[in-house]
Amino acid sequence: MSNNIYLKKGLDIPISGVAAQTTKKVIVPDVVAVKPTDFRGLVPKLLVREGDKVLAGTPVLADKMSQKILFASPVSGTVAEVVRGEKRKLLEVRIKADAEQEHVDFGVRKPSDMTADQIKEALLESGLWPAIVQRPYGIIADPQAKPKAIFVSAFSTAPLAADPEFTLREEFANIQTAINALGKLTDGGVHFSLNAANYSGTPFHKIENVILHTFSGSHPAGNVGVQISNISPIRKGETVWTVSLLMLAAIGRLFNTGKYDLRRKIAVTGPKAVSPAYVDGYPGISMADIKEFYSQSEELRFISGDVLTGTNIGKDGFLGFFDNQVTILKEGNEYEMLGWAKPMRFSQFSSSRTYFSWLTPKKKYDMDTNLHGGPRAFVLNDVYSKVLPMQLYPVHLLKACLAQDIDNMEKFGIYEVLEEDLALCEYVCPSKIDIQQIITDGISLMLKEMC
Amino acid sequence: MNGLRKLTDKIKPSFEKGGKFGFLHSTFDAFETFLFVPDTVTRRGSHVRDCVDLKRVMIMVVLALVPAMLFGIWNVGFQHKLAFGLNDWGFWNIVWYGIVKVIPLYLVSYIVGLGIEFVSAQIKGHEVNEGYLVSGMLIPLIVPVDVPLWMLAIAVAFAVLIGKEVFGGTGMNIWNPALIARAFLFFSYPSKMSGDTIWTGGMTRYMAEGTAYASGNGLIDGVSGATPLAHPTSEGLMAAGTDFMDMFIGTIPGSVGETSAIAILIGAAILIWTGVASWKIMFSSVIGGLAIGYLGYAVGSTDLPGYYQLVMGGFLFGTVFMATDPVTSAQTECGKWIYGFLVGALAVTVRLWNPGYPEGMMLAILLMNTFAPLIDHYVIEFSIKRRAKKVKIA
Repeated sequence: MSNNIYLKKGLDIPISGVAAQTTKKVIVPDVVAVKPTDFRGLVPKLLVREGDKVLAGTPVLADKMSQKILFASPVSGTVAEVVRGEKRKLLEVRIKADAEQEHVDFGVRKPSDMTADQIKEALLESGLWPAIVQRPYGIIADPQAKPKAIFVSAFSTAPLAADPEFTLREEFANIQTAINALGKLTDGGVHFSLNAANYSGTPFHKIENVILHTFSGSHPAGNVGVQISNISPIRKGETVWTVSLLMLAAIGRLFNTGKYDLRRKIAVTGPKAVSPAYVDGYPGISMADIKEFYSQSEELRFISGDVLTGTNIGKDGFLGFFDNQVTILKEGNEYEMLGWAKPMRFSQFSSSRTYFSWLTPKKKYDMDTNLHGGPRAFVLNDVYSKVLPMQLYPVHLLKACLAQDIDNMEKFGIYEVLEEDLALCEYVCPSKIDIQQIITDGISLMLKEMC
Repeated sequence: MNGLRKLTDKIKPSFEKGGKFGFLHSTFDAFETFLFVPDTVTRRGSHVRDCVDLKRVMIMVVLALVPAMLFGIWNVGFQHKLAFGLNDWGFWNIVWYGIVKVIPLYLVSYIVGLGIEFVSAQIKGHEVNEGYLVSGMLIPLIVPVDVPLWMLAIAVAFAVLIGKEVFGGTGMNIWNPALIARAFLFFSYPSKMSGDTIWTGGMTRYMAEGTAYASGNGLIDGVSGATPLAHPTSEGLMAAGTDFMDMFIGTIPGSVGETSAIAILIGAAILIWTGVASWKIMFSSVIGGLAIGYLGYAVGSTDLPGYYQLVMGGFLFGTVFMATDPVTSAQTECGKWIYGFLVGALAVTVRLWNPGYPEGMMLAILLMNTFAPLIDHYVIEFSIKRRAKKVKIA
């Protein structure tokens, strides 16, 4: 506890609709989707055809660049439909699930007796390799690479995020197994970050074979990118890997049971979620499977993930590979008379003191998706760094990205950030600039130019 | 309320592209978004957004300027009363005279400035930016009340076009547009912008035509109309009957809004509390002004203690409202300290050691606006290098 890292900057968005810690429903999957769009820069190669039978763990996609990287079906069933978008871009592989779930048997193995190559092999063939994210750029890890270190954030500070102590309480042994396995893939060790406020309350402080760190502070203190930046910043030429706690549990299960099993507790949250709670499900489940959580009559937005960084998947969408949270919001497509000129605006939250939200610090707000203004150029320049606990110059980085100036992007820290790290900057921006999109474009440019 | 929305929805199509009034699209949009927060929803990135927008930020600055404006209106009348010996004038006479003199300045500033903003937004197909709400509020407060309106119109046009629009509008400009307007007046019409007779309402006209606003009374004897900066010595101040408290309260001749330290400090409190302007810049500018002020006092360049420099002329107004412009000031936290300090220091330096210009605030801020990116550049270079070194060791 002595080397706690206290992050002063940040903001917890007071949005209503936190999930009650009960499991309301065990979802029997009907149609689930494998989405190549969950992975940055992936050019997928389809391995199945409509009508093919698959088991849970059967590969359905491969990475065209590195064909050892496989993407597996989370359930057993029949490939029902391959959905393509513009220019025949592969969007979803939809699988109609069987009533009885069958798994491919990869065999129970003990990571402590395996070499690094065997562990890599096991992860690659089972389809769990894509669970490892490589930074810079947040891409699928390169199996040939040896990262500087592996980073795990064992808590989340994102708005309404699923509580890992509740969702992963029974996965302690699996997570330990996964850490033992991944520890062999790097010389730098596995850095494991805990929330200082809940250090003794969480079972995860007993995890072994890790380098423990504790962080305190508001969001984004739980973002692994922020933690890396404060532990050991990524410099040019370095690579690190990050894995979420959720994915560690799945990796551990693979070694302990021999199964590709992505079953997880999913938090259904948000102001428009009816009695928000957890459900037991899989990645790729359809929003139709949680229809008791929302009203059919309203115009709603369904987000796979949290409100800051999640993906708008729509009413017919499917949960993402990495996500264990669904947020349901009202579409804010309404005019508000003289909204900006009202002295008080009690139903809306602002972190800026130009409004009076600071009078009610405990209040939770039913937020919607309204932009609350029109897009402008950067004017206020000090609001961004107040919510970014990294030693970066966010406005300069963003301007370098806009100018496609690679030298300056490097200088201002494009290697250290992903969209999620600057999501709060976007939230507070009074100029309503799409900051995450600018970072996405910047990273795409780097990937194109540097590889 | 709903009726207004319905009406707006009804006439909206004719203002869209291809509609009958398509050429007024930006104008319509500006008025619509003024009345209604638009119904746009987030498309990419964060799905919820803070409810603060630039309109709210700008209106806060406008609010912060209101005390200075109200005091300015009163003081214009009050100075007129003093100069012309109108002893029978009560509060409302004074305020009425102030309104008659100041409101035209506002009309010219907003009509010309917003007009150009609307046209250029239409040409570029942008939304009209709120930035001019603040500039338009500032400009009348930093000019002498007797400035001819046509000059003001030209200056505003120059400031908006050359100071802002050529760079791409609010957020892209290098110099503070309001100061550009003032600098334009200062260098193009020096006789109307400096000297002793321009600071008191009605005096210019009296000098030229021999008539005054209220009555046939002439100027009373001994009124010079000069601002304290024209005679910045304790002897000079005493001869003019001005003491520190007068300058603090603001009952002295000067540009419309710059005279009252109290009114400006109220504005400063609003800006700092809401976080719209940087307290670092204000604070360091005051430090810089005090430092050079006392240096001058110590070496005998002036016999006024350093704190007098803060209440004379436009120092405080410039420090609070102009130097802190987030677009043109330094953007790094460390840079703000350097930038602010140099603004204050340079302003007082010009005052004390440049015989040509009694006041240096405008030039100091414009100069530092020019160098703000350079300051930021070195601050960032330094910080990146230091961080890289730290990482290497760790």
